[in-house]
Amino acid sequence: MSGTRTLVSPAALARPRGKAVYWTVFATVVLLFTLAFLFPVYWMVTGATKSPDEVARTPPTLVPENWHLSAYTDAWDLMQLPQHLWNTVVQAAGAWACQLVFCTAAAYALSRLRPVFGKVILGSVLATLMVPAQALVVPKYLTVADLPLIHTSLLNDPLAIWLPAVANAFNLYLLKRFFDRIPRDVLEAAEIDGAGKLRILTSIVLPMSRPVLGVVSIFALVAVWQDFLWPLMVFSDTDKQPISVALVQLSQNIQLTVLIAAMVIASIPMVALFLVFQRHIIAGISAGSTKG
Amino acid sequence: MTKTAERRPVRATAAHPVQAPPPAGVPGRRRLAEQARAYAFLLGGLVCFALFSWYPAIRAVVIAFQKYTPGQTPEWVGTANFTRVLHDPEFGAAWRNTLTFTLLALLIGFAVPFALALVLNELRHARAFFRVVVYLPVMIPPVVSALLWKWFYDPGAGLANEALRALHLPTSNWTNGADTALVSLVLVATWATMGGTVLIYLAALQSIPGELYEAAELDGANLLQRIRHVTVPQTRFVILMLMLLQIIATMQVFTEPFVITGGGPENATVTVLYLIYKYAFLYNDFGGACALSVMLLVLLGLFSAGYLRLTRSGSGEEDA
Repeated sequence: MSGTRTLVSPAALARPRGKAVYWTVFATVVLLFTLAFLFPVYWMVTGATKSPDEVARTPPTLVPENWHLSAYTDAWDLMQLPQHLWNTVVQAAGAWACQLVFCTAAAYALSRLRPVFGKVILGSVLATLMVPAQALVVPKYLTVADLPLIHTSLLNDPLAIWLPAVANAFNLYLLKRFFDRIPRDVLEAAEIDGAGKLRILTSIVLPMSRPVLGVVSIFALVAVWQDFLWPLMVFSDTDKQPISVALVQLSQNIQLTVLIAAMVIASIPMVALFLVFQRHIIAGISAGSTKG
Repeated sequence: MTKTAERRPVRATAAHPVQAPPPAGVPGRRRLAEQARAYAFLLGGLVCFALFSWYPAIRAVVIAFQKYTPGQTPEWVGTANFTRVLHDPEFGAAWRNTLTFTLLALLIGFAVPFALALVLNELRHARAFFRVVVYLPVMIPPVVSALLWKWFYDPGAGLANEALRALHLPTSNWTNGADTALVSLVLVATWATMGGTVLIYLAALQSIPGELYEAAELDGANLLQRIRHVTVPQTRFVILMLMLLQIIATMQVFTEPFVITGGGPENATVTVLYLIYKYAFLYNDFGGACALSVMLLVLLGLFSAGYLRLTRSGSGEEDA
């Protein structure tokens, strides 16, 4: 941003004609972005406050004639949103916690503890990156429905979200790569001081890895909140369904304004998370991409 | 990486000898204990990968050759599942739709974000605003954006036709017309996922050294020539990588057709993953579902292998 040279030269931009073109393009892009990305969101938020008659009217009203909040309260009560939101929170939080515990421990072992067959294990983990997750949902479902050896079913249980979330090669590899770059002498010094491996992980490696843990945490939460196909398969019990599945199941026989209100409510947590952490999220996407 | 750890001193006692490199003399018990500890750390992750990643991958191939009913002993049926799936009239439609969807998503999903990133990179004002706004749809749950666009596409009071009417253009059937349904879904998917692509292209554009543009300009290259001979070659690697990632993602499209069209009209939007879902949960035909999964897996595996090769070689290829 420090005035680096881009496609168009600063000299061309400084000329009167260049300035005129620049501001025209700028205004067009602002207008385009507002129309394409903000207007649909505006339409959704205000659509829910219209009366059922008004929302079906042609041509539509740009601003609601009367702002009804009843659709929002109806959605909250009729569609059992508190229950479904809570289910989603439990599923996302558990998946996040399991990933943090098991993925960091495994990544630490692969990075620092030199287990025999470590290379083979890492290779097998990375190989799952080549096997797109969605293509395996059916055999994964059959496994969850009847776990090998112990013959237990995890269907309709949040564990069916939590445990498969750990098998995330991308996050594991991200963590391992980060742990690899921690200077060896820092860890050796702790070892000489008599710290055990667990102690080294929790009080040295993890505090040093805050940036990568932040990225992994956000990915973990967003992934569970946005997922649809897997929870649709796993939770047949309506009371256990997360918000995404419940929305689709209930969308058939509910008033349009109430459904739209429920859609707004379902979006709020992730949009809020994004607005709070936007800098980290945007920086993470931009940085992660160029480094593979 | 210059940050030092907040290292709490751990009291060293005489009972703890220096243990960093294992002494060469006592390999046996010490090494075993070390390995046991390493595997204790690995255990949780290993079990999860084994159960939910490696085992299902093997199982998909096994069940593809079986008649499988949950709770019963599976029966080997040879290639019967494959022949049955291949003779399903929906099979051709599903593959045709998935490939068309992928191709359209690639065309629109490459051209639009790349052009946007090019323009955004030239703008010197409101940069943060643009980045937040373009990424906003990505954070809206896919189910919500699918339901939202289903409402926009509504032939009655939907926003899409209202906008066309306001501009005095002919209205469209959108997702209700067999010939427009798939394109309509591609638009939804592009709208919902474009933000990430734009941000990655932007990052790639910002890493292009300014001197290259200056040199090109001195050589008399105009704007389009600079894009063609500087921008595109400099970002070629990122473009290729994102294209492959996008192919892998869109080949697994499910939410949009499931939520918006239910596969219709006249199977115009049935996708391979949707068909897999139908086989498993509507027909209770897990063998057929796994046969389809294996076909999808092989194709996607090829693309993924390409992607991995690219990212591996990519780090050394920066100046290519």
